[in-house]
Formats: sequence, C-alpha cells, structure tokens
Amino acid sequence: MADTMIEADGLYKSYGQTRALAGVSFSVPAGSVLGLLGPNGAGKTTAVRILTTLALPDAGRAQVAGIDVLAHPGAVRRQIGVAAQDATLDGLLTGRQNLTLVGELSGMRTSQARIRAAELLELFDLADAADRVVKGYSGGMRRRLDLAASMLTRPPVLFLDEPTTGLDPVSRQRVWEVIRELIGSGVTVLLTTQYLDEADALADRIVVVNHGQVIADGTPLELKDRSRSAHVEVTLAEPGPEAAAVIAPLVGGHVSVSADGLRLGAAVDSASGLATALVRALDQAGMLVDNIEVRQPSLDDVFFALTGANAGADADVAELESEGAQA
Amino acid sequence: MTAIAHRPREAAGDRLLTRTVAERVRNVASMTRRNLVHISREPMQLSDVTIQPVLFTVLFIYIFGGAIPIPHGGSYKDFILAGLLSLNLTTSTMGTAVGLATDLHEGIIDRFRTLPMWRPAVLVGRSLADLLTACLCAVVVAVTGLAVGWRTSASPLAIIGGFALVLFFAYSLSWVAACVGLNSSSPESAASFGFIVLFPLAFVSNAMVPTQHMPGWLQAIADWNPVSAVTAGARQLWGNPNPSALINAWPMQHPIEASVAWSVLILAVAAPLASRYFRRRTTE
Repeated sequence: MADTMIEADGLYKSYGQTRALAGVSFSVPAGSVLGLLGPNGAGKTTAVRILTTLALPDAGRAQVAGIDVLAHPGAVRRQIGVAAQDATLDGLLTGRQNLTLVGELSGMRTSQARIRAAELLELFDLADAADRVVKGYSGGMRRRLDLAASMLTRPPVLFLDEPTTGLDPVSRQRVWEVIRELIGSGVTVLLTTQYLDEADALADRIVVVNHGQVIADGTPLELKDRSRSAHVEVTLAEPGPEAAAVIAPLVGGHVSVSADGLRLGAAVDSASGLATALVRALDQAGMLVDNIEVRQPSLDDVFFALTGANAGADADVAELESEGAQA
Repeated sequence: MTAIAHRPREAAGDRLLTRTVAERVRNVASMTRRNLVHISREPMQLSDVTIQPVLFTVLFIYIFGGAIPIPHGGSYKDFILAGLLSLNLTTSTMGTAVGLATDLHEGIIDRFRTLPMWRPAVLVGRSLADLLTACLCAVVVAVTGLAVGWRTSASPLAIIGGFALVLFFAYSLSWVAACVGLNSSSPESAASFGFIVLFPLAFVSNAMVPTQHMPGWLQAIADWNPVSAVTAGARQLWGNPNPSALINAWPMQHPIEASVAWSVLILAVAAPLASRYFRRRTTE
C-alpha cells in the first residue's frame, strides 16, 4: 500500500469564466482522514470530482492509491468509493436494488452484492425502507443510502463530499459514527465539509480552501493555535481593583473588568501554561481566585481568522460573554 | 488506459480477455434489468408499445381502410399490418432518446462514472431494454391484427423473419435516437425528436398507403426510405399484398436485402457515434 493514498498536486480547473481551482495541492496519508474545509464555492467539490475521475483538471496532477488519475482512471475507480454532494441514486429503484446494482457494476457477484447491501441497509438504519422506491425517501435517507453505496465494495479510499449537509442531528451523529468505524478499519478518507465541528470531530488533518486555493493546512490543534484567539476569564472571590494590573503583563494586552469587579477577561495568543501563571500571580498579590477558565479557539474562530471574515468570531465572543453573565 | 492493464499480470492474455467480455456482459445485463425495472414502475411508459398499436390498428383499418385501394387488389387489412408494425416500432424508438436524456439529468450517471464498469453498458443496456419493449409491441400488433382479420399464409420461419426484419431495423434506429437523446438539453426536447423526425420518417413511406399515388418527388423519397424497405420486406415474407414490388427502385425490388443493409449501415454509424457523444457528454 502506498504511504500517500490521495495526492493533489497543483490542480487548476475553470468552468467557463469561473475559476474553481487555482493551484490546489494536498495529500492524505494512508489510513487517515483529511477534512477539506471551506465555504460554498471554495472549490472542494471540484477537487473531489477531479480525484474521483469525474472531471479533468486544466493543469496539475492527481494520484489515488498510487495510481495516476488522469492516465488510469479505470484503475482508480477500482480503489475508490464516492458519496457525492447530490445523492447519486436511481429514484425508480428501491434502496436494496440501488445497492445491488452498484455492487454488480463494481464487479461483485449478485449474491455477494445482495448480502453486502442488506448489511449496509441495516448499518444505516434503512432496513425498514429497503424495499421502497428511493423517490419516496427523505433527504436524510437518500444521503445515508448514498453513503452506503460508496462503501459497498469496501474500497480502500473514500471520498465523502459534504456527507452530512442537510441531515438532521440524529442522522448526522449516525453518519459520524459510521465514518469513525471506517477510520478504525484503515480506510483513507477525504471528507469535504462546511461544518467546522465536523472537520474537528472526524479529521486528522484539515486543509482549508477558499476561492480555489489552500489557505491553511494542519491538524485541528495546529490550526487552533495559529488563530491566536484563545480567551481567558478569571473570577475572583472578592473584587480586586488592582487585579487587572497584576495579570496585564501575563496576557500581554487589554484586560476587561466586569462592573462588579469580580470577573476579568482577556484575549491571548497562546493559552499554554497561562492558567498556572495567572493563579500564582494573583495569589502572590493576595487575591483569591474562585474560577479560571481558558477557552481554546473554536474552528469557527480559526476559519474566520483565516478567511478574514470576522463577524462570526465576534458573535462567538458576544455569546460567551452572555453565558458568563448568566453563570 | 483500461483498468485491466492494472490488474495482476499473472492472468494470461486470453483469460484476461474472457474475463473482460464476461464482465461487460454482466454490466450490460445489470443495466438492462435496471431499465426494465423502470418500466415496471411506470407502466404508462409502455403505452406507446401497447395502447398505441391497438389504437392505430383500429383507426387505420376501420377509418382509412375502406378508402384506400390496393393496386392489383388484396385486402387493406393484410396490407396494413406490416405498415403498422413499422409505424409503431419506428415511433417507439423515441423512448430511447427520452430515456437517455432523463438518465443524463439524474445524479445516477455520476455514480456510474465513478464505478469500475464498462461505460457503454449504459447505452447498450438501454438499447436492449428498448428492444425487449419493441418485441412486446410486435406481439401486441400481431395479436390485434389477428383479432381484426389479418391473415398470412407464410411459413412460421418466414413470419418470424418478417418480425425480425422490422425489429432489427427498430434496434438500429434506437441508436440514432440514443444520439439524439445524448445531444438533448432535456428529456422534453428529446421527445420532440419523435414528432420532428420519426413521424415523417414513418409516414413518408409505403407503410400506410401505396406510394404510387404520391407526387413524383415524394414517391422517390418514400421508395428510398428505409421504413419502406422494411415494410415491403415484411409484406413479401408474410405473403401479404405488396404493391411496392411493382416499383422500379432497387430497394423496392430487393426489400429484404435493402432493409438489412439499411439497418447494418445505421447501426454501424450510429452506435460508435452514440458512444462518442456519451463520452463527450460525460466529460468535464
């Protein structure tokens, strides 16, 4: 097995006047999950379409399972499972017939395909609807059936294009569970998502794309660190007017003090080791600390910091402050 | 280029080839079955091969029948049956165009494109499913014909030969319809193909009336129309009245040879073309 199972190298792709990809490169090591994160129209789906042999890049190279996608698309198709963004199912067939068809067309024996189909219908909670025509399925059911279809032949490489978009929370959890199980089995997964929590929950590494370019690349932790937007909040036992002056050098910036003088807040670059330092400094100044809370930046903060859109991050802080007020 | 090149090389060339062929046959069978399931889900799709033939038979025999004389005699019922078969099978190929245009609009085509399948199976499976519905159509035409008094004195082999001649032509024509469907922006525009191309093709022929009474230029077109050759061929095989035999054009003198030649020619041109259109339509 190749060490790198998915590799995109300088992919360019335009549709007419619209540039979908402007030099995207990333790679996914065997057995890991890469989250391709970006807003609508960032180029995530185009990258997936190129890697799954559905689209040809204008420039660049792509490899899946060590096979050149452009030179040997047929061989690549034997290695991949794809759950596309628009559920790619036959509305006039039943769920079971859809899966069996996919199995047969992938080279499985019909009996083998039927067994596997039944297994997956069970796994995705579709057993009751298995013999109903897909046209009558809800959006969530279609999504799950599409995921089942992508896993039918147990391919070593999976492409999941926004697998939980439009799903209700329960279905979403269900899909997450299944993906986590897959990860344990050594499958390599490329997952695109608009949801930061999804990337955070499932991906080993995250590549952030915007306007057809990679704007950040790292583990969820690395990306959080890079955003420099941790937040620390200290609650004192008694109001201490000089407390702000004591911690200001430690947090390296502006300290906000609540009206009652009990709560101090500050944005910090890095939260590492900070809590200990703050408690020690305040203790030495003779002040008792009731509570200290360090909040790691959410991926939302990271994403908005990277894409330059700050409205969401501000909203988050506002939300946190109102939570603090209630507490 | 092919996927096969990447499989373990221990299999010798011959075995590899056999496996490839077997896989393709299986792909085609799966796709054919899929299209037949579609028909079973929407039986109204079958109206143009079940209700329409019955309707046309009754309309032509009882409304036009009395008013159309057959040169050198013979019953219009015996004359019209081959024509009805040609008419119904020609116009029913519209289903291939609409079916493929619909497929291209469904997400399922992307699924097929990511599977390690033989892609032309999408087209071949469609054409075979349509051939099976054409066979059903032929049975309906024959039964309706027998019910209203069509008779043939030909041998069973010749009778089957007549049906086979028309079915083979319809099969080749369905590949032309496939080309149209693959170039249509929507299933609706594919359907208009039926009215713009197929109906004139079926009617400007000897299928409904002897061509002798047509204006000269139109008769020339009609006598060289493949539908005329196919219809005359079936009439000749069934021993039914065939006034076209009196016409000097080569296809009318040799209708069986002419219809086989037409069908082979159409198939040889349209099938590779359809496969190319399919590739083009599914490349981005």
